[in-house]
Amino acid sequence: LAAYRTDEGQPWVLPVVKKVEQMIANNNTLNHEYLPILGLPEFRANASRIALGDDSPAIKENRIGSVQSLGGTGALRIGAEFLRRWYNGNNNTATPVYISAPSWENHNSVFVDAGFKDIRTYHYWDAAKRGLDLQGLLDDMEKAPEFSIFILHACAHNPTGTDPTPDQWKQIAAVMKRRFLFPFFDSAYQGFASGSLDKDAWAVRYFVSEGFELFCAQSFSKNFGLYNERVGNLTVVGKDADNVQRVLSQMEKIVRTTWSNPPSQGARIVATTLASPQLFAEWKDNVKTMADRVLLMRSELRSRLESLGTPGTWNHITEQIGMFSFTGLNPKQVEYMIKEKHIYLMASGRINMCGLTTKNLDYVAKSIHEAVTKIQ
Amino acid sequence: SSWWSHVEMGPPDPILGVTEAFKRDTNSKKMNLGVGAYRDDNGKPYVLNCVRKAEAMIASKKMDKEYLPIGGLADFTRASAELALGENNEAFKSGRYVTVQGISGTGSLRIGANFLQRFFKASRDVYLPKPSWGNHTPIFRDAGMQLQAYRYYDPKTCSLDFSGAMDDISKIPEKSIILLHACAHNPTGVDPRQEQWKELAATVKKRNLLVYFDMAYQGFASGDINRDAWAVRYFIEQGINVLLSQSYAKNMGLYGERAGAFTVICSDAEEAKRVESQLKILIRPMYSNPPLNGARIASIILNTPDLRKEWLVEVKGMADRIISMRTQLVSNLKKEGSSHNWQHITDQIGMFCFTGLKPEQVERLIKEFSIYMTKDGRISVAGVTSGNVGYLAHAIHQVTK
Repeated sequence: LAAYRTDEGQPWVLPVVKKVEQMIANNNTLNHEYLPILGLPEFRANASRIALGDDSPAIKENRIGSVQSLGGTGALRIGAEFLRRWYNGNNNTATPVYISAPSWENHNSVFVDAGFKDIRTYHYWDAAKRGLDLQGLLDDMEKAPEFSIFILHACAHNPTGTDPTPDQWKQIAAVMKRRFLFPFFDSAYQGFASGSLDKDAWAVRYFVSEGFELFCAQSFSKNFGLYNERVGNLTVVGKDADNVQRVLSQMEKIVRTTWSNPPSQGARIVATTLASPQLFAEWKDNVKTMADRVLLMRSELRSRLESLGTPGTWNHITEQIGMFSFTGLNPKQVEYMIKEKHIYLMASGRINMCGLTTKNLDYVAKSIHEAVTKIQ
Repeated sequence: SSWWSHVEMGPPDPILGVTEAFKRDTNSKKMNLGVGAYRDDNGKPYVLNCVRKAEAMIASKKMDKEYLPIGGLADFTRASAELALGENNEAFKSGRYVTVQGISGTGSLRIGANFLQRFFKASRDVYLPKPSWGNHTPIFRDAGMQLQAYRYYDPKTCSLDFSGAMDDISKIPEKSIILLHACAHNPTGVDPRQEQWKELAATVKKRNLLVYFDMAYQGFASGDINRDAWAVRYFIEQGINVLLSQSYAKNMGLYGERAGAFTVICSDAEEAKRVESQLKILIRPMYSNPPLNGARIASIILNTPDLRKEWLVEVKGMADRIISMRTQLVSNLKKEGSSHNWQHITDQIGMFCFTGLKPEQVERLIKEFSIYMTKDGRISVAGVTSGNVGYLAHAIHQVTK
């Protein structure tokens, strides 16, 4: 599983998290009582505000809802279960669900286990040009049956690290609006991708401003480093408060038979942090530290490859964003990296940028150079 | 227009409704007997001392926040199995079991329900006692199973309808699934005696039923963790390979931390490994991996001898207070001059008590006395204190005389 590492190759508990945990530990008025089914109210409101923005029209118009969930996975699952029961008719398991090719491998299982029978892929990664296959993506959306559900990565696409540009998002939104396609955003890296919360939420907010009803599954695993506390949030944006209220009441029933009510510790940490201007600022700083280190590793790796004269182009390393990068290495080259150089990549050529450190950059760059020049 | 115009408003949660009404009530004497959480003799939530100590240990260790494995914290799952089965249990010692961490009792039940839906092809039918915890039915239904029932509670005597239960169970089609409450039956508080458990085990074995135990109150029922797990252990000793769901919400007061476990007793360790791999495949698309905090607190308590001892004393303390409130309620009812037989209040065990009060009487308790409970006459004894037991007895007497 992918997690951030420091330049020493160690896990990193965010300083603001340590501080808030100590505050919680010292607060004798706190207890371990059940949270409400939909979660800690202060967490829910703040988490959705982070995704949609302080000045979100949807928030102002009181047409948003939130479900505290067990990580991003839990948020996806609650959303998927709800859609299967209530979207496009009642219990319409035949509604096509489109997942990018490639995507996080668990996306498929979430929607299958939620009961959907028709899971398809949409074109996304163009291996030849090592970038987004926008035309393929738009074609798939044009051809998709009306009301199909599309899983969109809000930023830092996993595993390719390749995101649409704002202009490309606009094109995507236009087609989706015209074809009545449902946007289900997966936002696991807000802040962690570019270092800016607002920049990383641009796509979600754009869709909201275009009047879409949508879901956004948020994870606080990476941007808060709270992996094992399972802190997530499903943000629901609807046409009006009444619709959202009814949606939440049904999501409550789904939550009740899945985990009854969510875990308290992680939500408290996030809520406390987001609600305090000072802690919020500290958090943004911590997030930027992580994002900056990854961005630095990208630029350092690219420049080394270019200095070595490694065949091929390497600008994709810095154009891609987030934790992962699709290097473009083929399976044989990947095998070489693993067997001969003991550098572990996925067969897809995906590398976890967090594994790079100032100490191993040279070695990794040289190894890639060898793999590409020796193996075709 | 909206995608959601046709989405109906979900029905209000009946128990939540009780608490909502209670909150709105301005009567200073009001009592909330709907709450399914322990309260101390001042009516306050109780954080166990052993929990506070475990938390202090955790805070001082400055551990990282890396993902747990899908199956959860190993020290926790092993200790959970040992707590339920007993350290001398053959199934535990031989390793012919798998225990995965679950999201408290609900999450553990749901993992088991999904596992049965996917792998138990012999039957879709899950038999619940009449009545059972309200959430059992939707959990199994959402997992794709069908619900049936066997007689259990006798409203005439406010106790176990043992002959009715045996009659129904002996007719359950072979290879059906039967759910049993290990102790402190929710909502009635009515548990079989050990001789009755023995007969149930024999019948269940004869009918070749798959047994699923829900144990949410180990230690909390009688005050003795071994006594409360007796039925589970007896069934396993009789060669019945049970499924088991555990919760640490009540017995460790870890409600909101969601600490629980799901266990499958298998033929051998190799089968257990195969079952484990399939459980992980079920869990991953639900929430990937479980939350650490509650499991770590529970694990430290169970695995640290001093803290474990302290925990056993504290859980007995909670159970004893509940038992004492039952006793005081009955003696106060006598003092009020009630001529009814209230023995079931002290015969029943655990957090809940089926008083036998009728809906009209419950309504009067709410309206005239600001005493809140669910319409079925169930009270949470945890909400009774030495300060309000007299008032409760008085009120019950008024509506039943």
